[in-house]
Amino acid sequence: MNMTRRHFLVLLPAAALAWENILAGAPETATNYHTSEHWWGMLVDIEKCIGCGSCVRACQKENNVPDGYYRTWIERYRIKEVNGVETLEVDSPDGGMNGFPSSNEPGVKEFFVPKMCNHCADSPCTQVCPVGATFVTPDGVVLVDEKYCLGCRYCIQACPYGCRFLHPQKNVAQKCTLCYHRITQGLTTACCENCPTGARQLADLKNPKDPIHEFLRTHSVQVLKPHLATGAKLFYNGLDGAVR
Amino acid sequence: MKLKDAAHLFRLAGVFAAGILIFILVRSYLVPKSFGQYGHFRGDALTEIKAQPISYAGHQACEACHSDVLDLKSKGKHAQVNCEACHGPLAKHADDPGGVTPEKLDTAKLCVRCHEANSAKPKKFPQVASMEHSGGLACNECHTPHSPAIVTEGGKK
Repeated sequence: MNMTRRHFLVLLPAAALAWENILAGAPETATNYHTSEHWWGMLVDIEKCIGCGSCVRACQKENNVPDGYYRTWIERYRIKEVNGVETLEVDSPDGGMNGFPSSNEPGVKEFFVPKMCNHCADSPCTQVCPVGATFVTPDGVVLVDEKYCLGCRYCIQACPYGCRFLHPQKNVAQKCTLCYHRITQGLTTACCENCPTGARQLADLKNPKDPIHEFLRTHSVQVLKPHLATGAKLFYNGLDGAVR
Repeated sequence: MKLKDAAHLFRLAGVFAAGILIFILVRSYLVPKSFGQYGHFRGDALTEIKAQPISYAGHQACEACHSDVLDLKSKGKHAQVNCEACHGPLAKHADDPGGVTPEKLDTAKLCVRCHEANSAKPKKFPQVASMEHSGGLACNECHTPHSPAIVTEGGKK
């Protein structure tokens, strides 16, 4: 190839740009998933939950959650009157993983409440992280960068819903990822996939075709601890006032 | 004012400039390239979290091959129940249908996970006290799990 000095000088800036791209690494493999087009949340229909524990088992298997720790769990609320005073009992044996023994006690109001990370839009846990290891993604999922996490536990204390734990071996904070590896591939979360009654439904609030919009319009839906203004995106239908 | 009197200011400015330069160099070395790509976090963390392998293939993957089960299921009460809710995580089977085969299920244990009577379950949900109902007999002796209603001569029971 015949390269004059003039040509070489003209090509230099182009080569510099190309080198910059090589340094930046390979461009992200083209997928149909764009973070800016989604805003994830979840809908939980308490009236449909049978407390079978399928979601808890599915989450443990999908995400290799260590034994005794739960990224999602089911609570059973039992509200009864004792000497004219309303008393509340909440239990969750093994996170509700293996179901619940029937109490068969007459005159008690009983129901199941599945719980998990609320993927808050203004989450208290990300605000307290001193190293930027936990964050809200542009598609509205609260995640933890395990390489950055120091294991200081600030976020675990800050979460008003008790959704985080310290991984006993890795010593980093862990939590529900809303199955980020699944939803970015067009699948639903492991818990929603395995809920036999459809009590849990993944919702994309930015997708106008998502049935969540019609559901929110026609039902009385609540979030947990709305007074904390966390921007929780775990919507409960049929939530009793006693649930906290 | 003579320039000579201000020399100490130039030295100070030099120290500042050197300090800032060192700060910029050290910072560019320590902060990962992808930090700030999407926000105040490492952008590559998203790629790492996305790379986690899946265990549950999803019902669309099952239905691609098992359309006969889908037809049977879609007519019955279990139409909304996804395959892996009972059959377990089978992404490996979906990847290699010949090599990995699903386990046979014990319906005597499986069905009661959902259908065992419990006072906290919604009243509309079909539930039985399994010992009284069948005495420990496997449920698929009478019911077809994919379409569980028992059809008798007098109609559906």
